[in-house]
Amino acid sequence: MLGLDLTAYWATTTIKVLVVLSLIPAGAIILGYVFLLKMMSWMQSRMGPMEAGPRGSLQLVADGVKFMQKEDIFPARADRFVFAAAPIVVLMSTFLLYIVIPAGPRLIVEDLDTGIFFALAVSSLSVLGILMAGWSSANKYSLIGALRAAGQLIAYELPLVLAVVGVVVQAGTMSLQGIVHAQADGEIFGIGLIGNPYILTQFVGFVVFLAAAQAELTQTPFDMPVAESELVAGYMTEYTGFRFLFFFMAEFGTAFAFSAIGATLFLGGWYVPGVEGTLADILGPFVLGAKIMAIAFLIFWIRFSYPRFREDQLQAFAWKYLIPISLVNIVATGILKVVF
Amino acid sequence: MVASQSRGSRSGAESTAGTDWQKAAYIAGQAADARVNVELETEGMTLNLGPQHPATHGTLRIVVRLDGEQVVWAEPICGYMHRGYEKLCEVRTYPQVTTLVNRIDWLGHFANEVPFILAAEDLMGIEAPPRAQWIRTIFFEMARIANIVLFLGDMGVQLGAITPIFFAFRDREHVLNLMEAATGGRFHPNFDRIGGLKEDLPRGWVEEAKVAMKKMRGFCDEIEDLLMGNEIFQKRTRGIGVIPPAVGLEYGLSGANIRASGVDWDIRRDEPSPLAYKECDWKVWTHPDGDSFARYWVRLQETREATKIVDQLLDSLPAGSIQAKVPRIIKVPAGESFVHTENPLGEMGYYVVSKGGLGPFRVKIRTPSFNNVSIAPWLLRGVYVPDVITILASLYFILGDIDR
Repeated sequence: MLGLDLTAYWATTTIKVLVVLSLIPAGAIILGYVFLLKMMSWMQSRMGPMEAGPRGSLQLVADGVKFMQKEDIFPARADRFVFAAAPIVVLMSTFLLYIVIPAGPRLIVEDLDTGIFFALAVSSLSVLGILMAGWSSANKYSLIGALRAAGQLIAYELPLVLAVVGVVVQAGTMSLQGIVHAQADGEIFGIGLIGNPYILTQFVGFVVFLAAAQAELTQTPFDMPVAESELVAGYMTEYTGFRFLFFFMAEFGTAFAFSAIGATLFLGGWYVPGVEGTLADILGPFVLGAKIMAIAFLIFWIRFSYPRFREDQLQAFAWKYLIPISLVNIVATGILKVVF
Repeated sequence: MVASQSRGSRSGAESTAGTDWQKAAYIAGQAADARVNVELETEGMTLNLGPQHPATHGTLRIVVRLDGEQVVWAEPICGYMHRGYEKLCEVRTYPQVTTLVNRIDWLGHFANEVPFILAAEDLMGIEAPPRAQWIRTIFFEMARIANIVLFLGDMGVQLGAITPIFFAFRDREHVLNLMEAATGGRFHPNFDRIGGLKEDLPRGWVEEAKVAMKKMRGFCDEIEDLLMGNEIFQKRTRGIGVIPPAVGLEYGLSGANIRASGVDWDIRRDEPSPLAYKECDWKVWTHPDGDSFARYWVRLQETREATKIVDQLLDSLPAGSIQAKVPRIIKVPAGESFVHTENPLGEMGYYVVSKGGLGPFRVKIRTPSFNNVSIAPWLLRGVYVPDVITILASLYFILGDIDR
């Protein structure tokens, strides 16, 4: 085929990198258009953008082009290198998340044995970028926003991991592909028609996961780091142009990735009953896409209708409610796992 | 990290400490540092909220001295939007002044005109016919609805909920459309005249107004479900920014801010006025708590009461002229008059001094927001930064109303 060996290591790696690189803006644009522009507008009795493309569907592309044309501004007292590197670090964490998400029996960049562990670990890399952005901006709002973000992301990393532990215990594996197969092969009271999506048995874990993911994504009601009525835009205050675009893409790309992880852990991922083999590889991305939209709808629905917590209330919510609940969930899951 | 950054800002403060208040601010900040730093070896940080800041909706600047996220000292600085209306009134004729004062509290447009016209009428010794008074009262209450509805939505934005404000803007249109149909001005009606009104109501207006009032009651129910009943909203507002009644009275608070502290005082009911409030059955709501939630709750109830007042006045609208007999060129006899009314934001008063000319010799405007914001330094001590926003939002000020 054109003299290229597509099975060679460098070729597969290049293809994988390109696919993931195009997935991040694609996911960000889909979520941004469907939820941020359209669903929010409809909830607020508005039309949303209507001019760029059919029903405004190209609005975000136009916005992206606009951001590219903006002047690249460094604040006078900013630490230039760190300031420039911060958005890339944040986007890198998003990029790494996509590696372990399966979209079909064979459609996965790298089926790591510790897939979900890896995903949760790299998702906290973004804290580093946010701290860098906040500190290097030489702006008090940025600094307060970054420190809030650090405190919040550390606090909510724990319930996020603990919520996932229940799923891992039930599936018996940390590989995301393995978790999908475990759900596909599962049975509900001996009936294996639709497998066993873990949202049924791990409902508590699902709720805790959603709440913690909401906090990880710094979405309302956990959006203190970027609280626009207090901190202007938090750690993003001084960013303009394509550096801001990076933050925007990372925010929505991470939302897409977290929805995908939630769909994989609790809704059965790419699996749809009765579809096997190559057909599953073709249908898988669409099935997963539909499930992603379902989870993302929940995340954005809450985002658009709730006020935000205060910092201390947010910490209390994590440590006093989410963590004990998820611990109890783990114990219950373990006991039931041993009994049945 | 924090220390080095704040040290930078402190040296900046020293170099610019020119005026008296800046020196006072610096000393107060130092003293506050000394107080809070006994346990923790941290330095404070001075944060400028505004004049360009999303939460000040206008150009109010608040200098807060922070210890971590806790405020040790705060000072609001106003005057960035001073437009000199009191002075401008002196070079206008009486009928021209209403155009200016419309823009003081720009959301409560018509309510600004009424006290000035009443003061001028008081000096001239004339009184508008009943129909004019009725319509004035109706518009006054509609201005109150248009104003407070925005507060009810804006409070959500300040706390991070973005949807309520759009509902507020959507439903405020019902009232503004009515204003536009009757006066021609959607935002600045400029409709009140000495001795009456500019025009009578258009045909079919009364029925439309009743429909709109029903919609506004629907909005109140909706916002109560969506925002006020929300657990996070209650957690963020209950017990935050408590004003004891005595302190509130000392600072000269008025309107819903003082009624939320349990002081049962409403100029509409308690003072004699030519407006038609005594003709209808309504209630002044108070709340014992005095916190941000109480202020929100009182304003929500006030909006409901305002729709009831409008409904009753529409039913009992008397027939007759809308304009008393006034000379073609209005000259106000020499004298002094003070008229105050219960405006959407609180007590608004005009002290008009006339020397018998075509225009007022001196006008002093007492606006509610100025006094309502003056309590901020007392109220903001020891609260967290997010609560600063909650408290300022719940005090509800309009920048034009502070600076005039």
